Amino acid sequence: MAGKTLYDKLWETHVVREESDGTCLLYIDRHLMHEVTSPQAFEGLRLAHRKAWRNTSIVAVPDHNTPTNHWDRDIEDPVSKAQVDTLDANIKEFGALVYFPFKHENQGIIHVIAPENGATLPGMTVVCGDSHTATHGAFAALAHGIGTSEVEHVLATQTLVQKKSKSMQIKIEGQLGAGVTAKDVALAIIGKIGTAGGTGYCIEFAGSAIKGLSMEGRMTVCNLAIEAGARAGIIAADETTVAYLKGRPHAPKGADWDNAVEYWKTLHSDADAQFDTVIEMKAESIEPQVTWGTSPEQVLAVGGKVPNPANEADPVKRAGVERALQYMGLQADMPITDIQIDKVFIGSCTNSRIEDLRAAAVVAKGKKVAGNVKLALVVPGSGIVKRQAEAEGLDKIFTEAGFEWREPGCSMCLAMNADRLSPGERCASTSNRNFEGRQGPGGRTHLVSPAMAAAAAIAGHFVDVRTQQ
Amino acid sequence: MKAFTQLNGLVCPLDRANVDTDAIIPKQFLKSIKRSGFGPYLFDEWRYTNYGEPGMDCTDRPLNKDFVLNQPRYQGAQVLLARDNFGCGSSREHAPWAIEDYGFRVIIAPSFADIFFSNCYKNAVLPIVASAEVVDRLFKECEATEGYKLDVNLAEQTVTTPTGFSFKFDITEHRKHCMLNGLDDIGLTLAHADEIKAFEEKHKATQPWLFA
Ligand code: SF4
Repeated sequence: MAGKTLYDKLWETHVVREESDGTCLLYIDRHLMHEVTSPQAFEGLRLAHRKAWRNTSIVAVPDHNTPTNHWDRDIEDPVSKAQVDTLDANIKEFGALVYFPFKHENQGIIHVIAPENGATLPGMTVVCGDSHTATHGAFAALAHGIGTSEVEHVLATQTLVQKKSKSMQIKIEGQLGAGVTAKDVALAIIGKIGTAGGTGYCIEFAGSAIKGLSMEGRMTVCNLAIEAGARAGIIAADETTVAYLKGRPHAPKGADWDNAVEYWKTLHSDADAQFDTVIEMKAESIEPQVTWGTSPEQVLAVGGKVPNPANEADPVKRAGVERALQYMGLQADMPITDIQIDKVFIGSCTNSRIEDLRAAAVVAKGKKVAGNVKLALVVPGSGIVKRQAEAEGLDKIFTEAGFEWREPGCSMCLAMNADRLSPGERCASTSNRNFEGRQGPGGRTHLVSPAMAAAAAIAGHFVDVRTQQ
Repeated sequence: MKAFTQLNGLVCPLDRANVDTDAIIPKQFLKSIKRSGFGPYLFDEWRYTNYGEPGMDCTDRPLNKDFVLNQPRYQGAQVLLARDNFGCGSSREHAPWAIEDYGFRVIIAPSFADIFFSNCYKNAVLPIVASAEVVDRLFKECEATEGYKLDVNLAEQTVTTPTGFSFKFDITEHRKHCMLNGLDDIGLTLAHADEIKAFEEKHKATQPWLFA
């Protein structure tokens, strides 16, 4: 019999029951929450006179609507404020293990705060009413983004109704070149397999290049698994995972820690495990990436040229390229490095961790943001990241170069607060979605790594960061 | 939840791939703490030429005449025909809420994004995966024939065109049962509360740190 994949192991240890058609009830260890996708779930619970099954599984924080400056003015938009207040009230009523309300010193993006507090652990099942829950797979946890009805279901029953997905292994061997980051790896993968390439799969990222990534880098890769259409992205637990977790507030302690580490060592795919699909890539072939279109799969190496729809044979794809070029205001065949930008956003659950800010700061140090760049924002992922960055003097590097240094939150990743693009504005962004209007109606988003975003801010247009260092 | 058994519904063709949930219902409407009332804002940025805000009265907003949903021949459509990877992006259940509130009960596409796909079932919207060839054929027929309706039968798992061409679609037994009877999952799951408790105890014994 073939060995087990990491996905098999995580799945099997959480199945409560299985129906004859393969539908399972999966036990959920960690329930992450933010203010946008939870109010209707709590309301449903209340209407049905139900309680939370296990409120100590809950880690919650408001992040989408919260402003990133002028905290003294509170939340000025009354609709946003109502949503944040609703989360406060719901947590008060139903309880939680961890809750960082607005302005708490540890507040931040849910996908940043759960790992840094040790609340995401290997072997867990993790859910959140948020597609980028995939992030937590970096810890060898099975992490699913869910809808609000499912949030209510998990609240009420501590389980999720699921059918097992197919398994895919994406193996990246070799060593990443200087200036090539986890973000470039993830975008290159999406460029290769497409935004629907992972649909119906749980993707395990493996190979020496993945193993060589820090936990921050692994989180970036898993975060973007959802943009490849996957149900979840996972990476085996190893020494890097264990070292990251040691001493974090909610990580196990004492004898529990030793037993946990022993168990975590088993959380990898067996050598003879069979995957439904295997994709191999060479680390050396990955270059810094820039998206040019309105889907993350519309991505190229920075040295590339904007595609010409005339070269696309498939009519649906051709129409997609034409529409994207029109929306993005780009000419076919123009070099990526000729694209001028108006704004820069360094932040989001993809790239707002300390390592990301360090990488951007290295590029920005001693330079100035170009005159054509109207706004360059740096938004740390959490209060903890912010304080760490300030202790290292990164905030000074940014502000001296002309970047704005903000309070933590989702910010311009989805522009639910005041940070957004105006129609037609073009942004170099370290976030995860370049959809039409994502960063503000009519806004144009190019996804890049933190180092590439900083380099674009300095140059005023995209540049290959490898030529800047 | 409303039950879904059978439908003979007008079809609206949305000829784009990768339609994301930001396009289905833009973020500003996510500030609502309700489940209802999203229909008027479905595809807001494509549908209207001005910027939509939550709570806005949509009856006199300027329409984008070119957008398919605004064409007179598709008014009252209940079946949405779409391309690959429909519903990708954010997990927001506001997307199926808006689709259902607008009046769509069925979406047919060659592929759907996972989270959106399962969100549909929770809201009495039936997502049907059909082969790219079949979807192509439906697009052609629909665009060529005014008043084009499809017959969708969940019990039989079939879709039939006006000319009698018919194809089968897949659905898990569990989802079919819930949809046909309008059952919500929570009640069904809580019938197994004892099993969940027993599992929880066992799980706690093997990995106590998960419960610390
Ligand atoms: S940073 Fe962006 S993608 Fe991440 S949780 Fe916030 S809004 Fe979602």
